[in-house]
Amino acid sequence: MGAIDRVIEEVFRREAGRVLATLIRLLGDFDLAEEARQEAFTAAIEQWAAAGVPANPRAWLIRAGQNKAVDRIRREVVFRTKILDREIASAEADAEAVFDDEDDDTFGDDRLRLIFTCCHPALSAEAHVALTLREVCGLTTQAVARAFLVSEETMAQRLVRAKKKIRDAGIPYETPEPPLLNQRIHGVLAVVYGVFTEGYAVTAGSRLVDAELCGEAIRLGRLLDELLPANPAVLGLLALMLLHDARRPARVSQDGDVILLEDQDRTLWDQAKIAEGLALVDRALSTPGQLSPYAVQAAIAALHVRARKKEDTDWPQIVGL
Amino acid sequence: MQYLLLIYANEAEMAGRTASAVASMTAEYTEFTKGIIQSGNFKAGERLRPTSAATTVRVRNGQVAVTDGPFAETREQLGGYYLVEAKNLDEATAIAARIPGAKHGSIEVRPIWPVAA
Repeated sequence: MGAIDRVIEEVFRREAGRVLATLIRLLGDFDLAEEARQEAFTAAIEQWAAAGVPANPRAWLIRAGQNKAVDRIRREVVFRTKILDREIASAEADAEAVFDDEDDDTFGDDRLRLIFTCCHPALSAEAHVALTLREVCGLTTQAVARAFLVSEETMAQRLVRAKKKIRDAGIPYETPEPPLLNQRIHGVLAVVYGVFTEGYAVTAGSRLVDAELCGEAIRLGRLLDELLPANPAVLGLLALMLLHDARRPARVSQDGDVILLEDQDRTLWDQAKIAEGLALVDRALSTPGQLSPYAVQAAIAALHVRARKKEDTDWPQIVGL
Repeated sequence: MQYLLLIYANEAEMAGRTASAVASMTAEYTEFTKGIIQSGNFKAGERLRPTSAATTVRVRNGQVAVTDGPFAETREQLGGYYLVEAKNLDEATAIAARIPGAKHGSIEVRPIWPVAA
């Protein structure tokens, strides 16, 4: 593999999620957006190898994806009628619009919009986690199926049904406005925590998938923290996940048995994650507003990991919480 | 998009309400309807006579069968509807939540399936 190929691969890895989120917003359709992204990546491999990687590869990919989608809609015109003219007009209008606001904030918002769409209360709880893993985290359908212990075919059907509901029922690609946002954020956090606990429960699946799911959940937590800064519930959840995940190396014996907290080898705990988690707990607890249950659980987890030995655990304070 | 908001309620309970309860609910509906006409969301809306007035029609093998009563016996019955224009499901459910009947019955929100001409 040449140097340029490695650069291109790195760009794809970094931008895949954001490009998809923006294309979904612009095109209003998951499948069309996924095909468009695929075609844009194919075009990029051909053109960048010769001309070099453009200054703003993300904008290039989005523009290319959008043009491919407009072409595709045009090609299908023969089969359909009036609605198409409207779709082309709106896709072209959006194509104009995208270049006026190419800044990172807008793209960041697209991923947040997508999380809220995937976690919409009009979808089933099962669909929330599956769609989020597939569309926001970019896991393959096969990997999502493995996490749920169902066949790939079953998972593919579940995803198709959920995407059809989004399209047919008019579930918006929008981050809700504040009064609604405050209700919805709890649903989103529950999904993120669901992804995490799916990975943390050592009962099911392979340990590789488990670690992957925990990693994805933490990544989503960081994304939410980036996009909704200083939200105590977001801070609390991220802290809680980091503090639990820090103990992962000590949680399972070599035979695969779960080791209880009091019997764990505390030198195996990930001190970097603990430090980050502890700082987040402090911020979550010092942010004014309603105390989040995630922050309280994170504070309890914090007292456990602060103890070097189990005898040092600050039980009076844990009971106080 | 257009959505049909189907208002379901228990007819027996509805029939047993006091006159003042009926009057206050009618006033609430009048105000709600005025509101969605002013906001431009209203397309149509009507109250339905109870299922005791319902008749079901089926055509099988070219034979028309007319029977008394609704298609299915359920705990809650369709009692009325609104057809509204809303930009997405969030707006449609927000309107549905303001329908007075949502407080005791339930509102089913169904997107209209446009048929290409």
